[in-house]
Amino acid sequence: MYDFESFYKVETVDEAIEALEKQDEAIVISGGSDVLVKIREGKLAGCSLISIHNIPELKGIRLLEDGTISIGAAQTFYEVTNNELVRRYIPILGNAVDQAGGPQLRKVGTIGGNICNGATSADSASTLFILNAQLVLKSKKGVHTIPINEFYLGPGKTIREHNELLTEIRIPRKDYEQFYGHYIKYGKRKAMEIATLGCACGVRLSPDKRKVEEVRLSYGVAAPTPIRCGSIEAWACGKELKKDFVELFGKKALEEVNPRSSWRASKEFRLQLVEELAKRALIQAVTYAGGEIDA
Amino acid sequence: MSIGKNITRVDAELKVTGEAKYTADLVPGNALVGKVVRSTIANGVVKSFNLEAALQVPGVIKIVTCFEVPDCQYPTAGHPWSVEASHQDIADRKLLNTRVRTYGDDIAAIIAENDVAAERGAREIQVEYEIYEPILSTKEAMTPGVVDIHKEFPGNVIKNTEFRVGERSYEEIKEAEEDAVEVEATYRTQAVQHCHIETPISYAYMENDRIVIVSSTQIPHIVRRVVGQALDIPWGKIRVIKPYIGGGFGNKQDVLYEPLNAYLTTLVGGRPVKMEISREETLACTRTRHAIEMQTKALVRKDGRLIARQFAAYSNQGAYASHAHAIVANSANEFKQIYNDAEGMQAQCFTVYTNMPTGGAMRGYGIPQGAFASECQADDIAYKLQMDPLEYRLMNCVKEGYEDPHTHIKFRTNGIRACIDKGRREFGWDEKREKYKKQTGTVRRGVGMAIFCYKTGVYPISLETASCRMVLNQDGSLQMQMGATEIGQGADTAFTQMASETTGITEDKIHIVTAQDTDITPFDTGAYASRQSYVSGKAVKKTGELLVKKILKYAAAMVGMEREQLRLVNNEIVDKNSKELVLPLETVATTAFYSLEHSKHITAEATSQCRDNTFASGVCFAEVEVDIGVGKIEILNILNVHDSGTLINPKLAEAQVHGGMSMGLGYALGEELLFNQETGKPLNDNLLDYKLPTSMDTPDLQVGFIELSDETGPYGNKALGEPPAIPVAPAIRNAVLHATDVAIDSLPLAPQKLICEFRKHGLIQ
Repeated sequence: MYDFESFYKVETVDEAIEALEKQDEAIVISGGSDVLVKIREGKLAGCSLISIHNIPELKGIRLLEDGTISIGAAQTFYEVTNNELVRRYIPILGNAVDQAGGPQLRKVGTIGGNICNGATSADSASTLFILNAQLVLKSKKGVHTIPINEFYLGPGKTIREHNELLTEIRIPRKDYEQFYGHYIKYGKRKAMEIATLGCACGVRLSPDKRKVEEVRLSYGVAAPTPIRCGSIEAWACGKELKKDFVELFGKKALEEVNPRSSWRASKEFRLQLVEELAKRALIQAVTYAGGEIDA
Repeated sequence: MSIGKNITRVDAELKVTGEAKYTADLVPGNALVGKVVRSTIANGVVKSFNLEAALQVPGVIKIVTCFEVPDCQYPTAGHPWSVEASHQDIADRKLLNTRVRTYGDDIAAIIAENDVAAERGAREIQVEYEIYEPILSTKEAMTPGVVDIHKEFPGNVIKNTEFRVGERSYEEIKEAEEDAVEVEATYRTQAVQHCHIETPISYAYMENDRIVIVSSTQIPHIVRRVVGQALDIPWGKIRVIKPYIGGGFGNKQDVLYEPLNAYLTTLVGGRPVKMEISREETLACTRTRHAIEMQTKALVRKDGRLIARQFAAYSNQGAYASHAHAIVANSANEFKQIYNDAEGMQAQCFTVYTNMPTGGAMRGYGIPQGAFASECQADDIAYKLQMDPLEYRLMNCVKEGYEDPHTHIKFRTNGIRACIDKGRREFGWDEKREKYKKQTGTVRRGVGMAIFCYKTGVYPISLETASCRMVLNQDGSLQMQMGATEIGQGADTAFTQMASETTGITEDKIHIVTAQDTDITPFDTGAYASRQSYVSGKAVKKTGELLVKKILKYAAAMVGMEREQLRLVNNEIVDKNSKELVLPLETVATTAFYSLEHSKHITAEATSQCRDNTFASGVCFAEVEVDIGVGKIEILNILNVHDSGTLINPKLAEAQVHGGMSMGLGYALGEELLFNQETGKPLNDNLLDYKLPTSMDTPDLQVGFIELSDETGPYGNKALGEPPAIPVAPAIRNAVLHATDVAIDSLPLAPQKLICEFRKHGLIQ
C-alpha cells in the first residue's frame, strides 16, 4: 500500500500544467518507477500526485521535416528501443534504455521520467548528452527548448520548474547523421541494476575511415550530474585511429571527471572504470562507424 | 516402486496456477496491521518515548513500547527444546527491547487500521536514547573495556570452545617436521541474507482464551513452544498453522515475529492482527548468515601430504544469540572432517555479540564458511607446492569409513572420490587446467574446484524426532499428515513417494496434507538441517509399515487367510507367493468402514526417534573468465557432483542442486550486507543494492550424482537440501586464482575488490 494523499489524473498537457499551477507541492507521476520507490522509502510519503500517464500528446516518435527526431516524453523504454526510427537513426539510444532495470520496468518507465528524475545514473542520460538532445519544456508562459547539458543542476535537481512539463526530446539531424555511438552501462550484475558508471562515446570518421572527425564522450555517475568531456573531444579531433590514441583517450578521460567515493563504489574503482570504459566504448563506436584501430 | 521416479511435484499445479494459498492469501478481511517501530541507533538504551503525535494519526489504534511488554526473555533458535538447562538456547530478548543492540532493533509496535496509518504513526514517534558507540566487528567487541551488549555476557563473548585431533599441538608438530612447508592465511566470509521470495508474514487472533497464529514458518511446533515461553503462557493455549510457504532457507527456522504478533492480538481483544515484514526489514532486521573470520595454518610435506592444520574462527553473532555458537562449531567441524591430517589438527572458535543484525540459520549452517577456509587453503597449499589441486585433494581428503572423533558420526558411504572422478571427466578438468596454465592479457580464464562433506541431521548434538499419521479412506486412498514441513524444497512429493514405496499404494492415491496445524499435526521439529528425507523419512517408513500390517490383518480376516500370506502391491491385496489378486484394496477399505460385523477405521501413527547420522559429500568445478580491466568474473561452466545416497526423485534432486548453486553464486560474486561503519545503519537493505544474482547472471548449471545407497537412510538416502550451496564460492575463488595468480581471501569476489587486488598484484598498471 503506497502512502499518497491524492491522485489526480489529467488527460492533456494543458490540464497537467493547470494542475501543477494549482498544486504547489504536487509530484508528476508517469510510469511511477521512480516516484513509487521514493514513496515507499518514505521520502515522498503523503505526497499528492498528478498523473500524466498515457496522455496521447506525450506519446510517439516522429521524424520532423528538417530531419529532427522527436521523442514524446512519455515513451516507455520499451517503446523507444523497439521504434523503427530509433533503430535506424539512433540505435545507441535504444540500446541504452534497454539496459534499464528489467523487462517489467522497461514497459512502464518513460524516457521523460528518466530525465526529469535528475539522477546522474539515468541510463538515457549519457547517450542523450552525446546526441546533443534538446529538451522541450512547456508551461503557462509557453514553450522553450534547452540543450540537455544545461538541464541537470545537481543530484535529483534539474532546471525544470515546478509548473513546467517536459513534453518532448529532440535530436537534430546534424547530431546523429553519420554519427555512430556506443553506451556501456557498468553494473555489478547484468540486469536490475543502477549504473556504477555509464559511458557513452560516439564518433564521426573521415571518409577514408582512418581519422576521427568528431568524438563525443559523456559519463553518468562520474560526477553529481551526467557530464560531457569537452577537452578530450577537442583534443581527439583529427586524430588517427591508432592504439596509442585509444590509450591516451582513456587516460585523458580521467582529467575530466570527478567521481566521489560512496559505499556503492570507491573513487579509485570508478576512475578505473572511467578509463577502461572510455577505451571500450570508443573502440566499439569506431567499429560501428566502419573503422578499425591500427588498420 | 516409487523411489527413484521423476514424479511431478504434488503441489506443482496449485503453485503454477496460483491456487496454492499462502499466509497472505488467508488473512481475514477485518485484520488490523501490526508494525514494528525500530531504533535509529545501533547501540544504547531507550530512555523515553513521546507518542502524542503518533496516537493522533487517523487509523492508529494502539502503540505498545518496550517498557510495557512482559518481563520475560526467550530464545528464538529453531532447535528442539532441551529439558536440560545447560543445553537450552540462550534466552536473550524480550518481545520489545529497552536495551538497543542493533540498528533497527524492535523497540515498540503499532497496531493500526492499515499499512499507511501504521507507517505514518511510526514516523511520528519520538524516542530519546542514551547512545553508545556501535560495535560492528568481533575485534571491537572483544576489546577490553568496551560496553557489554548483554549484561549476562560480560566481554561480549558468547562462547569460546576448542578441540584437538591427535596427540601433539600444531606447534609441537611444526617443530618436529623440519622439512614441512607452512601455508598461513586468514579467510573471511561476509554476512548475507536468505532472500526467500515470501518475506516473513503471520497473523494472529484469539479463539476463547487461546491464541491462533498462522505463519510462514519452517518450524510450527517450535513456534508454539517459543510463543508460550515469550508470553509466559501454557504451550497448549497456542495453536500454530503453517500454510504453503515461499521459501525459508533457515531464516524461518527462527521464531521471528510470531511471539510479538501473538502478543498484539491480546491487546486488541483477540481481533486478528497481521504482521508482514517488508523486504527492507527482512534484509536488515531478521537473520543473516554469520560473517566469520578464520585464521588458518597448515603444514604439508613436499609431496603434498597434509601433516597438520590450525584453525581459529571469530563468528560475528550480531545483536542476539539465535543459533549462536552452533554455527561456527559447524565451520570448525567441516574444516576438521574434510581433510585427513597425518599428525593432527586443532581448532578454536569464538562467537561474539556485536551490534550487527543477528546471525541465524542459513542453508549450510556454518559449513559454507568452514568450506571456504578449507578449500581456499587446499588450493593455496597446492599452489605453493605447484601441485594439481585435484591431486592434492585425492591425496588428503576424508577417507572411506571416517568417524568423527568427537561426534562419532560416520561416513557410511563415501562417494567423495567418485564425485571428484566423475566431475574431472565430465568437466574436462585435466585439459582445461593445462590449457589455461599460463594466461596473459586482460581477459584470462581458469578452472577451480572445491569439495565438502555434510552431516545430514543434527544427531547426536540435538534430538531428532519425527512423526507421521496415515488415515485410510473408503476408496483405498489415504491422507498422510507429516509434522515435517514443505517449504518449497519438495518434501511433500518426497514423502508421497516414500509412502508409496512402503505401502504399495500408488502415489495418486496418497493425499499429503501440506499444512501443519499444531492442534492436529503429529509432532516434528520442522524443516532444517538436511534432515527431512532422512529423519522424517524414517517416520514415513515406520508408519507405512504399520498401516500395511493393519490393512493386511483386516483383509486376511475377510478372506480367511493368514496376514503373512498377503502383500499390498499397486492398490491390491495379493497372495505373497502366487502374486494373484486376493482383494482390491478399495474393497477392504470400504468393508472396514461399513462392515456391520466389524467396522474399523484403519489408521496408523508413529514417531521415529532417529539416533543416527551420516555424511553426504560432493564437489564443485568452475570455469571462469576474468575481465581484469573492469574486475568482472564470468562463469563459463559450473558443475556440482553430489554424493547424497539414493535419490528419491532425481528431477527434484537436480532442481534442489540448481537452487543451491545459484545461492552459492551470489555468495561468491556479489551478495553482502553493508552497513555504515560509524552508525551501524544498513546501507543496502533492498534488492537493488543487495546484489542477489538475476537469471541473466546465472549460467547453465550442470549437475551430476553418485548414488551409493546409505544403509542408515530410510531409502538409502542422505542429505541434499543444503549441500549444493556449500562448494560453489571456494571453487570460483580457486578458478580466479588459477586464471590470475591472485588469491582473494574474502567473499564476495566483487568488482571493486578485484580491481583493488589486481592493482596490488600489478595486473592493472
